[in-house]
Amino acid sequence: MAQVSGKAMVELINVDKSYGDNKVVKNLNLQIQEGEFLTMLGPSGCGKTTTLRMIAGFEDVTAGEIVIEGENVVNKPPYQRNVNTVFQNYALFPHMNVYDNIAFGLTEKKVNKEEIRQRVGEMLLLVQMNGYEKRMPSQMSGGQKQRVAIARALVNRPKVLLLDEPLGALDLKLRKQMQVELKHLQRQLGITFVYVTHDQEESLTMSDRIAVMHNGLLEQIGPPDKIYNQPATKFVADFIGESNILEASVGSVAGDKLTVIFETGGAEVNATGFKQDEMVYISVRPEKLKCSAESVPGFNLRGTVKEHIYVGSISKTIIELPNGQDLKMSLLTGTPLLPQGETVWVYWEKADTVVLHTQEETLYNFIEQVPKIGVSV
Amino acid sequence: MTSTTTATTVLSSKASTPKKQMPLTQFVPLLLMVGPVVLWLLIFVAAPLMYIFVISFMKKGIYGGVVISFNFQNYLRIFDPLYLRIFLVSIIIATATTLLCLILGYPFAYIIARASDRNKNILLSLIMLPFWTNSLIRTYGWIILLRTNGTFNTLLASANLISHPLQMLYTNGAVMVGMVYTLFPFMVLPLYSSIEKLDHCLLEAANDLGANQRRAFLRVTLPLTVPGIFAGCIQVFIPTLGYFFISDLLGGGNSILVGNLIRNQFLAARDWPFGAALSILLIVFTIVLMRVNKHFGGSLENIT
Repeated sequence: MAQVSGKAMVELINVDKSYGDNKVVKNLNLQIQEGEFLTMLGPSGCGKTTTLRMIAGFEDVTAGEIVIEGENVVNKPPYQRNVNTVFQNYALFPHMNVYDNIAFGLTEKKVNKEEIRQRVGEMLLLVQMNGYEKRMPSQMSGGQKQRVAIARALVNRPKVLLLDEPLGALDLKLRKQMQVELKHLQRQLGITFVYVTHDQEESLTMSDRIAVMHNGLLEQIGPPDKIYNQPATKFVADFIGESNILEASVGSVAGDKLTVIFETGGAEVNATGFKQDEMVYISVRPEKLKCSAESVPGFNLRGTVKEHIYVGSISKTIIELPNGQDLKMSLLTGTPLLPQGETVWVYWEKADTVVLHTQEETLYNFIEQVPKIGVSV
Repeated sequence: MTSTTTATTVLSSKASTPKKQMPLTQFVPLLLMVGPVVLWLLIFVAAPLMYIFVISFMKKGIYGGVVISFNFQNYLRIFDPLYLRIFLVSIIIATATTLLCLILGYPFAYIIARASDRNKNILLSLIMLPFWTNSLIRTYGWIILLRTNGTFNTLLASANLISHPLQMLYTNGAVMVGMVYTLFPFMVLPLYSSIEKLDHCLLEAANDLGANQRRAFLRVTLPLTVPGIFAGCIQVFIPTLGYFFISDLLGGGNSILVGNLIRNQFLAARDWPFGAALSILLIVFTIVLMRVNKHFGGSLENIT
């Protein structure tokens, strides 16, 4: 089993990319370790695919350096970089059968026929496509094409495998299966994987580390559990999993104890690095949210049970706050549900609170609203 | 009758019961829509072709005209070395024209296909523009350029590159220039459409797998545009055999191609049966070429 060695395999240093006036990647700094499964996650247009294409060499960088194995490759064409790509639409050569598709890279490197035959055979076994050598791409399903595309890249034994939303076109069940297989493959081969996706669940399943991108900026990078449990920004909290995000101002600070004031209530939370009167976001995961018929010490947040939504293994209860904001609470299906229309007190464990700094523009609206409602904690 | 039931009856009658009587409410509109086209094709395409086919087995009358009989004499006459030579020269000129069009047309089509949308439209209209003028008139234009005291000779002489005017008009070379000029768009358009269809991602994949631009072209672009190459070649090759007016005007009497031969049989020699046999041979040759094209992955849609 491969280990993440701590040695940087790919390094992006102050990378900028613009199309005309449109900056799509802004001052990106990223280190990808040898043997690591790194996922670049973000909504479409966040710059993740552009970043991947810059590493592959299909796009030039506007500024900055891309270092692969200690060598700056920004001036090297794709065919001189020791990386291979699995494309979103597979990009199999339609006029070649499976064998020739996989052998393409080796033929270009003038590997002898016997070795090509052996290595292509190994790859077909690895992706469980043995026996399909003579098939043409048009005769295969999406999942099979995907396997061939992966084999075609891996047969070259690249230092880094770049995957551009490779599972995007597959149905949910096949996607889940391929996620596990890909993860397995990466562990088995010990190759550095850089994986681009907009599917946050996929990124949590597969990655050693996730780099969350938004509007060309790297918002946060870290292991999946850290990204999920300790989101660094409102965007990350919102994008990864579901979050209840409440705007608040800091009432008082005492050590790591913070009193926050919501528009319609307040709470005591544990956090450091915040000043009194600062505007913050409070983020709580739906599965951490609880409610009770009586008020809970440290919390002053009331709401009305609006509706229940059944989603299989869990059920979601929507609780409406007096200001109209909905909070989502998820419970395991089978847990007794609160009657609709009932007024409840909302609370959560202090440790489950994430307090985030706000930006100026979101602050402004809120300050205007605060004085209208008398709040006490 | 509602539209839904009409649709289902049409579908089912197509699929399973073709013999079922079609109700009059469907038959009359169908006849009105398809009838004129069928009639047109029957009168102006099928009937003349049948006529040509039939008289190709007949005999020429003493004063022109056709004598009703049945023999293969006209077809056997084609194997006369005189005519075989004309066929050979025609095929050589057609092949050379086709290759020239391909060599010039491929880069041109590639540039158009990879150009920005705005430039693409400009370049495509440049290709289409000459179609707006009669090709006969455009061929006369070439006479002015190529003749002994024409534009090219005057220019070359004033640049002191030649002392005597070059014989450019009335040569096989002039015929080829005219053919390439006239048929160039027929090569570029199918090439353009097949290059444009090519997914750019495939070239990136080739680059990614270690192929430089040249190798990627040879291993991906070229094989994937073979249908376009075939379509373009056929669209140039076949008309070259038949465009008699170009070899008439630019080749003078020196260049007799199959097209001229056929024209001469009908108009000058008044030997319609032999002309008809030559035409039928050309048609058969064309059909064979189209089958070959289809066999190599081209579709007839690319040609027509």
